[in-house]
Amino acid sequence: MNQNPDIEKKRKPVYGWILHLHPRKVRESTLRFSLTFGLGGMAAVLVVLQVITGLLLKFHYEPSPENAYNSILNLQDSLLFGRMLRNIHHWSALFLLWTAFLHMLRVLFTGAYRKPRQANWIFGLALILLVVLSNFTGYLLPWDQLSYWAVTISTSLLAYIPLAGNFIREALLGGKDVGQATLTNFYNLHTGIIPVLMVAIMGYHFWRVRRAGGVITAEKDRESPMVDTQPHLVNREFVVAIVLLAIIFLISSLFDAPLRERANPSFSPNPAKAPWYFMGLQELLIHFHPMFAIVVFPVTVMTAACWLPYIKLSDANQGIWFLSANGIKSAKFSLIAGALFTVLFIGLSELLPDPELLLPSVPSIVTKGLVPFLILIVTLYFFLGFIRKKFSLNRAEFIQSVVIIMIASYAVLTLTGIFFRGEGMNLVWPWQV
Amino acid sequence: MKKTDSKTGETQKSGRRDFLKTVWKILGAVAAAELVFFIFNVLRPSRELNKSKAGSTIKIIGNIDDFPLDSVTPDRIDKLYIVRDSKGGFLALSLTCPHLGCSVLWNQAKNQFDCPCHSSAFDRFGVVLNSPAPRPLDYYPVILEEGKVKIDINQKEKRKKFEDKQMSYAI
Repeated sequence: MNQNPDIEKKRKPVYGWILHLHPRKVRESTLRFSLTFGLGGMAAVLVVLQVITGLLLKFHYEPSPENAYNSILNLQDSLLFGRMLRNIHHWSALFLLWTAFLHMLRVLFTGAYRKPRQANWIFGLALILLVVLSNFTGYLLPWDQLSYWAVTISTSLLAYIPLAGNFIREALLGGKDVGQATLTNFYNLHTGIIPVLMVAIMGYHFWRVRRAGGVITAEKDRESPMVDTQPHLVNREFVVAIVLLAIIFLISSLFDAPLRERANPSFSPNPAKAPWYFMGLQELLIHFHPMFAIVVFPVTVMTAACWLPYIKLSDANQGIWFLSANGIKSAKFSLIAGALFTVLFIGLSELLPDPELLLPSVPSIVTKGLVPFLILIVTLYFFLGFIRKKFSLNRAEFIQSVVIIMIASYAVLTLTGIFFRGEGMNLVWPWQV
Repeated sequence: MKKTDSKTGETQKSGRRDFLKTVWKILGAVAAAELVFFIFNVLRPSRELNKSKAGSTIKIIGNIDDFPLDSVTPDRIDKLYIVRDSKGGFLALSLTCPHLGCSVLWNQAKNQFDCPCHSSAFDRFGVVLNSPAPRPLDYYPVILEEGKVKIDINQKEKRKKFEDKQMSYAI
């Protein structure tokens, strides 16, 4: 740094600002790519990209049911690089969802949600929620058959929340059906409230990472030497950002963002599907009473996620993925078991007769809700007890296995919903969808 | 709460200070409550504006004779089906599936309404044949006057089961 003070001076305005966001020195061991895979940084880059492309799209988009669809067509057909602009916004939204999710998994598996980072884990969860909401509110804006019915289905799910369900649904929709008021609400959330909240929480999220002493490291790397942020960290971040942008630009020039026919409120496409990241929920809904699919499962998962950093552990994995060889075995076993169990469950529920038709006198919240839920809980209980003994897991490894089972299960549900549900949401092969 | 100032020993003064602090807290709570109320008020769907004056929402769907016996006729603009049974009774069914709000389609071959989203099925009176739909299709009371079929499109009724009184007969 001190070798050439002239260059250092010239660079100062830009680097000064970049360095302002970073600590002056970072530990060398935190620079290893496979520690973080640069996922948090990628998510930040993608948010910036979304803000820029989103602001440009706002010049051409008109949020009214009459003109929204046409304004998208105009944007695509008559504006130079208009289609490219929309494609970049579409694909980087998808990338953002994935990087945010994978970043969460990385934090989870390297134990970076433990003290002193526990509050930042919660803020991270809030950010993921905002990313999903941002995706979802943006989904409606093109006002085509895909977006109209996806939003109709997803918001109808809200009506099953006890007591407040209808109020929440109608407040979000601004009325009883998806219409002008809904578009106004979603547009305002998508281009105003959510981005502002997201950027504000992001700033705090970054600051807390820094306050916790930077990225988490394994115990053996705690004593590794400190190196200058510029160039060691900044250059790495730059490379990751450039490669990411190149990939997104490449994909956006090859694949167009989907746009179906203009929304028709009296004809649902068959099958009508929710946005793909909600397909797991929609699949769950085929098998469970809405009360369980929409309320019990999601609330349980979200509560568990917030509670996670506060569970007392004797030995937590810090900066490493697994504590022991048994932990790795258990993780693999859980992954396969979780996926297989879900496949089996979907298969059985297809082959066995519908319990609701078998026992029409019993309310469906019992036959399709309570009974399968209890069966699920009991099965899980015995299965978890079994792997805990088999692999002699400690608590941290045990939690890791539970998380893996849940992720495998939701992945199978999502894949089934996207690729194996055809007309009338019947099970079909992917080439028949 | 009594606190004594370490220098002067005046209990009176800090009593007033505590009182003012409490007042500030109460005012803060009131302001927060007002803000919450205001936000809820902004979010509340403006039903009063949407609701047209009574009577003006009655629509003429068609002539009674336009609907043959034993028929199901879609009216896509008003999002409903006009069902006429073999005895000449009329029933107007909403085409919105009570499960998740998709539009149901009449399947003449199977003599039932199918929902494309989660394969709920309903018979011609809107009664659930196949779950997951939690209740029959909503219906609108049909008004038969001067040879016309009329419907109040603001009067969508939920129901638990099909009853004959939901049908309208021309006298």
